[in-house]
Amino acid sequence: MGLLNKLDDPYYGGGIILGTLEDVLNWGRSKSDWYLQFGLACCAIEFMAVNASHFDFMRFGCIPRTSPRQADFMIVSGTVTMKMAERIKTLYEQMAEPRYVISMGSCANCGGPYWEHGYHVLKGVDRVIPVDVYVPGCPPRPEALEEGMIKLQKMINEQAIFNKRKRLREAEEKEKSVSDVVLSQN
Amino acid sequence: MIEQEIYNKLKEHFGDAIVELKEAPPSDPFIQVNPERLQDICLYLRDEGDMLFDYLSNLSGMDLAENLGVVYHLYSMKYKHTIVLKVTVSKENPNVPSVERIWRTADWHEREAYDLFGVIFEGHHNLIRILNPYDWEGYPLRKDYKTPEEYHGIKVPY
Ligand code: SF4
Repeated sequence: MGLLNKLDDPYYGGGIILGTLEDVLNWGRSKSDWYLQFGLACCAIEFMAVNASHFDFMRFGCIPRTSPRQADFMIVSGTVTMKMAERIKTLYEQMAEPRYVISMGSCANCGGPYWEHGYHVLKGVDRVIPVDVYVPGCPPRPEALEEGMIKLQKMINEQAIFNKRKRLREAEEKEKSVSDVVLSQN
Repeated sequence: MIEQEIYNKLKEHFGDAIVELKEAPPSDPFIQVNPERLQDICLYLRDEGDMLFDYLSNLSGMDLAENLGVVYHLYSMKYKHTIVLKVTVSKENPNVPSVERIWRTADWHEREAYDLFGVIFEGHHNLIRILNPYDWEGYPLRKDYKTPEEYHGIKVPY
């Protein structure tokens, strides 16, 4: 997004791109996201299909890493059992910032088919780690996971790097004032 | 051999330890045996010349409401015949002799039955939980099992 489109812009043309440093950094981050390679249950089968040549995850710049130290994001693909939940938390804590999480499939989103009688299943991986993108489905089709990836790239492209706290606070206040207006209208 | 022949032969050999042969359509007929002499019976079934049940294809636990049960599905590679054994034990004292030394398959199967039903297999060399975390409390497939409220500070119910 963003940066390369500017080349087509008549004002920029001529092989020169003008942008903020943040644009450049975010562009780099969003186009070379490496993910932690692990699969949990049936969703992992679909995840493997995304990796294979037919759907070709690598065109997003995603390369599987087997070490959390080298990974930028993790895809929680499948049922998170109580036993696994603690390990996922450890893996997430071992990843270097900035780090992102895609929760893939109903199980990782909310417990899925095990929501009622699954004594051993964590009802949503967001109970142990923060999730950025949720991909619904049981299992999601590979295209759905790809769309989740595009969502994540978009999110990274728009994220704040400099004065992060101040800007996040401002965004929050803006959102709050909007919701206040909506509430007062009702 | 058919089940009736196997049953007759066992009855002849072990007397009271063999309780009964029961038809249970649509599933296989089974022989109810006494847990005390289970190891002898299993050794006999494995080694006797016209039985040769050399393959334990499944071992599973059961919750029969008042009692616990263990089911053994045996198969003979040579004669291609099968037999099902069942034992029942009380919930207060769920001890069953281990058949792990007789068929090595039983190792993990017995650990599973212990993990999910709490059947204690006496003589098993390493009877620890196999699926649940080691510090899990209770036996989840028992009918009176209650889902815990939390595990290591993580909320369990939806
Ligand atoms: S969401 Fe469905 S496909 Fe995915 S892990 Fe759960 S049960 Fe399996």
